[in-house]
Amino acid sequence: MTDRHAAREEILARIDAATADIAAGVPREIPPQPRTVSTADLDPELMLEFVGALVDYRARVVVRPPEEVAEAVAEVLAEARSVVVPAGLDRSWLSLLEHVEIREDEALSPAELDTVDAVVTAARVGIASTGTIVLDHAPDQGRRAITLVPDHHVCVIRVEQVVADVPDAVSLLDPTRPLTWISGPSATSDIELNRVEGVHGPRTLDVVIVADED
Amino acid sequence: MTTPPLQRTSATFLGMPAFPKAARAALADTQQRRNLAHATATIRAKRAAVVGEVEDWEGLRVAGAAAKDDALHHLAERLEQLEANLTARGATVHWARDAEEANRIVVDLVRDRGAEEVVKVKSMVTQEIELNEALEEAGVSAWETDLAELIVQLGHDRPSHILVPAIHRNRAEIREIFLREMAAVGRPAPADLTDEPARLAEAARLHLREKFLRAKVAISGANFAVADTGTLVVVESEGNGRMCLTLPETLISVVGIEKVVPTFDDLATFLQLLPRSSTGERMNPYTSMWTGVAEGDGPQDVHVVLLDNGRTAALADPDGREALRCIRCSACLNVCPVYERTGGHAYGSVYPGPIGAILNPLLRGTGSDVDASLPYASSLCGACFEACPVRIDIPSLLVRLRSRVVDQSSRRSPEALAMRAAAWTFADHRRFEAAQRAATTGGRLLGGRTVRTVPGLGAWAQARDVPTPPRETFRQWWARTHDDEETT
Repeated sequence: MTDRHAAREEILARIDAATADIAAGVPREIPPQPRTVSTADLDPELMLEFVGALVDYRARVVVRPPEEVAEAVAEVLAEARSVVVPAGLDRSWLSLLEHVEIREDEALSPAELDTVDAVVTAARVGIASTGTIVLDHAPDQGRRAITLVPDHHVCVIRVEQVVADVPDAVSLLDPTRPLTWISGPSATSDIELNRVEGVHGPRTLDVVIVADED
Repeated sequence: MTTPPLQRTSATFLGMPAFPKAARAALADTQQRRNLAHATATIRAKRAAVVGEVEDWEGLRVAGAAAKDDALHHLAERLEQLEANLTARGATVHWARDAEEANRIVVDLVRDRGAEEVVKVKSMVTQEIELNEALEEAGVSAWETDLAELIVQLGHDRPSHILVPAIHRNRAEIREIFLREMAAVGRPAPADLTDEPARLAEAARLHLREKFLRAKVAISGANFAVADTGTLVVVESEGNGRMCLTLPETLISVVGIEKVVPTFDDLATFLQLLPRSSTGERMNPYTSMWTGVAEGDGPQDVHVVLLDNGRTAALADPDGREALRCIRCSACLNVCPVYERTGGHAYGSVYPGPIGAILNPLLRGTGSDVDASLPYASSLCGACFEACPVRIDIPSLLVRLRSRVVDQSSRRSPEALAMRAAAWTFADHRRFEAAQRAATTGGRLLGGRTVRTVPGLGAWAQARDVPTPPRETFRQWWARTHDDEETT
């Protein structure tokens, strides 16, 4: 403990010496950019941008009205035999699943999760300009591990959760929660810079956007 | 308190030859040159496209630079704030003055937990301190999980690029490495492995998955550490980062003290700058943020090691400190005509390319051959400054570091002697004419052949074609053609 304390004191003293020439309390030249949060339900442009960016990342996207979410989930999970869901998920979304074992996550081990085909979650916020979905792992999204180990992630996001750009999303997030930003399926470009999807995270990302039909 | 101590050059790079010598070997490797030229051209084009999409890229760069400067200029305060927030959220904060101390802290933590292996997220800083070697020495296997790092580790090789550490390897070489090496350390590569990138990535996935599922301890770096919340951020593509940050019980993150950003809002700036500059994507596939311990989710035993290792020495340099803004995006490498031809190994550090050419001498001083030669490993074309998302003026820093290297070397260096001799010659017109006559005599003897070696100008002339001296100087021509006129 004393060793840790000594290292801490010495590093802070070194920093003080190194920055002695800098006047204290000089305010920052440029404050962070102001933001206006607009959402895709109010701005159809954002919806188009969001879908376009998701597709660019080879995510599969469907847009459905609220009463058809269960149908959409059943369609994308046609191949799955087992699915894990967080405790707080809207169960009506799963009402049309047939021949699929539904396991609610109760601290399943990584090895148990490895035997499950797919996972269905909600989301916290979507970013139109980058096609990103942010999870804050609230009860309708569950622990970080459940959206990571299974091969297939189905994410349901409401159109009013989609914002224009990264700063809008950051302003909505709670920094004390664990946060996972997802843009398409996992990928690597480490081999001759050829993009390959599906490395360690899910190989397939299905996004169901819930929007009222006008 | 005097100047803070420099980083000690690690054994791996000790006695590394000066850049020109190391580069010559790399330049002779045509396979590597082809791999690099293809890779950097690809990534440059992608970056240009996504940077062009942003309405006010320059505004973002200015905001990014300001945020980093703010953190660096008030670094002690920011680190104390970071520590307080991490501690309040259940993390344990450690401080390490140098590589040795950081390694000792991590090795002790791993040993105390009885772990015989750890999984690692790609991290520059753990390469810098050679943590893997320290763990191996303590009998702990450290598994790299990023695909390129795995290729480098299995190939008993060294990374050559910040972002794509195996950029110098092509698919055929990677297939060979997997077939030859995987079996010894875990699940073997499939016998019918081809060199298709998708098949190679699949082999890595299968090989690493068993390691992820059983790992008890993970080690990571961090792209950003947010002072006002205690949040750490890891930006990645493959999901190996998420695996390491989520599944094990214990998470140890080694974070250079320059990684601090003042506020959570600043992440909005950096999460726009970094992916576009780095991989040329609008956004990288996965970014993880965690703030200490999250109850019932992920590692419950969370440690952060704050590392100095020469950073305060760089911070003490009023000119050099802006290099600490670096967010390790590698955009400067990808636009650098020198890096594109020599590759990363010639730079004698885990930080190659233009940023390495300034960061290494700042962290390690200019005492060694390689560090003294790095400021010269540049054509000063300025492309790196244009590309840098946090506006580090690399070319100006290179010039300043060059003058430092020159000031260090003795007044009897060949260059200093040549300059003094030239000054003496130019000072008097009779001496000047005599020197010109000597040169034109040489020119006539050469008969227009190109000169490649000049006694006393070895290094300079080897890299350039010296123009053949003319057969006649202007003064001689004037004297010959204007006999009747007054000449002075």
